[in-house]
Amino acid sequence: MILAPAKTIVRRDLLLALRRRSDVATALLFFVIVASLFPLGIGAEPNLLRSIAPGVIWVAALLSSMLSLNRLFAGDHADGTLEQMLLGAAPLGIVVAAKAFAHWLVSGLPLVLIAPIIALQYDVASALYGVLALSLLLGTPILSIIGAIGAALTLGLRGGGVLLSLLVLPLYVPVLIMGAGAVEMASAGLSPDGQLLLLAAMLVVTGAFAPLATAAALRISSE
Amino acid sequence: MLEADKLECERGSRTLFRQLSFSLAGGELLRVSGQNGSGKTSLLRILCGLLTPTQGEVRWKGTRIQDLAEDYSRELLYIGHAAAVKDDLTPAENLEIACRLAAVPFDRETLKSALQAYSVPELPVRKLSQGQRRRAALARLLLSASAPLWLLDEPFVALDPAASAFTEDLLSRHVGRGASVVYTTHQPAGIDSRARVVQL
Repeated sequence: MILAPAKTIVRRDLLLALRRRSDVATALLFFVIVASLFPLGIGAEPNLLRSIAPGVIWVAALLSSMLSLNRLFAGDHADGTLEQMLLGAAPLGIVVAAKAFAHWLVSGLPLVLIAPIIALQYDVASALYGVLALSLLLGTPILSIIGAIGAALTLGLRGGGVLLSLLVLPLYVPVLIMGAGAVEMASAGLSPDGQLLLLAAMLVVTGAFAPLATAAALRISSE
Repeated sequence: MLEADKLECERGSRTLFRQLSFSLAGGELLRVSGQNGSGKTSLLRILCGLLTPTQGEVRWKGTRIQDLAEDYSRELLYIGHAAAVKDDLTPAENLEIACRLAAVPFDRETLKSALQAYSVPELPVRKLSQGQRRRAALARLLLSASAPLWLLDEPFVALDPAASAFTEDLLSRHVGRGASVVYTTHQPAGIDSRARVVQL
């Protein structure tokens, strides 16, 4: 029963994304372009590129995920559908978690799939693609879930976009460290399990608690 | 059923109203009246729980609405200033999603006939006029007959006389079923004579 409204929200947001494909494409292209600028700027020194690759790809993923965050609730706030969600029959936390999940499907999952191609530019060993994709698979949902708190808090504020970055980017730091760390460990021939498990733990904890914070923030900012 | 007890509302250091008390029984129609900026929308938002009053409380069947949370939401239908329809979806898709979120039972046929009753064309909402958007939002009234409380913010705005009359008819039928309706309006409507008035 509790999953029915969540399913409705996910389907709705995916349908909206499908009708506005350009929004999805911008975030993905942004990721590709940012990640491609570094080799151009730094020069084609294979060892250097190989060593910066995990960090650069992860930072580009953070920024790209941020880019679409302020649209997470803004549209629904403007046209009144957010009020209807606040007054819905389902607990708001469920609705919020569903929206974050839909945001991840649209903005996070494509990054996971395209990251190995970016890694190719950096001459990352193909054995590391799996770890890179796995770290992103575990990490990018956390970005959407945490980002939703920031998006809810800055809803309806002037200059909310910049404030959102200031609020959310510091919270992304642990994810960045663990995500990039996992790939670095693997490239040094060590086991990345520690970092990956920590990422999974963060995903579970944020997934369980952050939607409650987001729901509270939404109630405050839509007053 | 619905009781407002000594409500006070402050918006941006300005007090809109204070010591506002009224109660609404089943089968009653209540019109909130007042000038622009007198707090009609704020009052409706307080009544549905979107806004917390500075002072006082709202009770539904004797219990504070904050304590009821979703149980209260399931009892009411709120149609606000914004039409709450997504531009990129069709009216039918919008209506279906709204019903699902409000846990209102429906089937394709009733959904279609509700939109036909309001003669909303099956186009993406971005291609509709203001009045047609309003109609698309109001089509929910036809599917929410079982909700014992309707809170409608300016339901007649942008509607043509025929659609206004149809909406008024829906309101009076709902009240006839023993449900309560609270609405705000600036347009004089035929239904006003049957309504109790709260003056802000």
